Amino acid sequence: MSDPVNSIADWLRMILSSWGLSEGMITLILAVLGVVILATFVLIIDILLVWIERKMVARFQDRIGPNRVGPFGIIQPIADVIKLLIKEDIMPMGADKFIFNLSPIIALATVLLLWAVVPFAPTVIGADINVAVLYVVAIGSIGTLGIIMAGWASNNKYALLGAFRTVATMIAYEVPMIIALLIPVLLARSMGMQTIVAAQSPWYIFVIPLAAVILFISSIAELGRTPFDISEAESEIVAGFHIEYTGMKFGLFYAGELLHALTVSALIATLFLGGWRGPFVDQVPILGPVYLFIKAFLVYYLIMWVRYSFPRVRIDQMLGFNWKFLTPLALFLLIVVAILDKAMTDVNTVWYVLVMLGANLLIVWGTILILRRYARVERVRIAEERPVAVPPETEMKDLVGQE
Amino acid sequence: MPNDWIFIGIFLLLAPVFPAAAMLIPRLIAPRKPNALKSETYECGIETHGETWVQFKAQYYIFALVFLIFDIEIVFLYPWAVAFDNLPMFAVLEGVLFILILVAGLLYTWRKGVLEWV
Repeated sequence: MSDPVNSIADWLRMILSSWGLSEGMITLILAVLGVVILATFVLIIDILLVWIERKMVARFQDRIGPNRVGPFGIIQPIADVIKLLIKEDIMPMGADKFIFNLSPIIALATVLLLWAVVPFAPTVIGADINVAVLYVVAIGSIGTLGIIMAGWASNNKYALLGAFRTVATMIAYEVPMIIALLIPVLLARSMGMQTIVAAQSPWYIFVIPLAAVILFISSIAELGRTPFDISEAESEIVAGFHIEYTGMKFGLFYAGELLHALTVSALIATLFLGGWRGPFVDQVPILGPVYLFIKAFLVYYLIMWVRYSFPRVRIDQMLGFNWKFLTPLALFLLIVVAILDKAMTDVNTVWYVLVMLGANLLIVWGTILILRRYARVERVRIAEERPVAVPPETEMKDLVGQE
Repeated sequence: MPNDWIFIGIFLLLAPVFPAAAMLIPRLIAPRKPNALKSETYECGIETHGETWVQFKAQYYIFALVFLIFDIEIVFLYPWAVAFDNLPMFAVLEGVLFILILVAGLLYTWRKGVLEWV
């Protein structure tokens, strides 16, 4: 009973082969079963996430949140799903029907697909491919495609503008994200998730914390959450690219965004916090997913905390922050980690970790110094430039009577 | 290993089924009474003027170009990172040189004012 998932899989394989099915057919049937179970499990967690989100935002804002619908409001998300299912599905005039319907499917399907490479336990993973990190990057990019499709097909100027801006920021923040994903790959010498988890003798967050921070910030921007939610900007451009979506289609976008946040948290937990590693995991493999979800929810809590603490940034600030700060910082960190790792090939682990950690903290300190100097320069520049308002005495007379 | 790719292949086929099912259920149980006023384009209550598919600003294209360059660069660096054990220090420094050439490109675009959002 040490490995329930694989024991059940072997038992099913035995039964199916005793019915006379061929090897390929058995693999196919087990794969379909695995996919259905994984996707259902993930979607059920998604429902729980809606409840967690609403309760947490309430607590951050010093109120209670939903508490009527069940004990502690736990049935609230189910009530929301039922409500969305029975709402009328309005399609705007002149919208491109096929793409309009396809884009929520793509938005949610790409997030589901990411769960195929999350390692739950030493022997339980959907697909232990050796290019898992590249797969994550590729599938994440397809999600961005879903957004531009939503904006384009809505036949709405504001949806289109919102979609343009969202896509511009999302592709911008992919660059530091894939650099920050490259650094654990470099340390573990493999892109496969199980290999990266197995190589984390000290968790990578203690070795390369700056890469974790860069990945965290870029992921928040990729998700389109505050402080980077210029795409949704609920109070400004009224929901951006999904203005024209009603009912369950909107629900799919919303649930997809929350699920994407948890997926990204699970990936950060896998790559930096040691995934399923923890005490007694070798003897009792069932503890693996428990540790993984504890760590994933910890990162998710951090993402929520950031969301409810910071104001929104403007799009030019967002893009400037990416191209002028995060990308050079991430590239510089990559160079330093690569050179240090090669130089310390035969050094024992304790010294290795201390030197890497020291280098990271040194880069952070240097960055803070540069930022302080830049802030001082900016403050001086802004103090000089401001024009003083002069009452226009003569101009008004000339203007009256025109147009 | 091939079993893993079969899993991903089946996942690719089945993953769109879940959201599609979620979209088909309203088609069965939700009311459908379209009228002209409901299907109008939403613009905070005002009527829309002119073409919906507005002109695409050239600045987006430039950001996409810069993204493309760095994306391809990092994708080239993934095999370099995976083969790190077999590389002598010289090869590591060559990779670093590659990164530095592209950082020089980023600095050039920065100084040229290309990274401004006008």
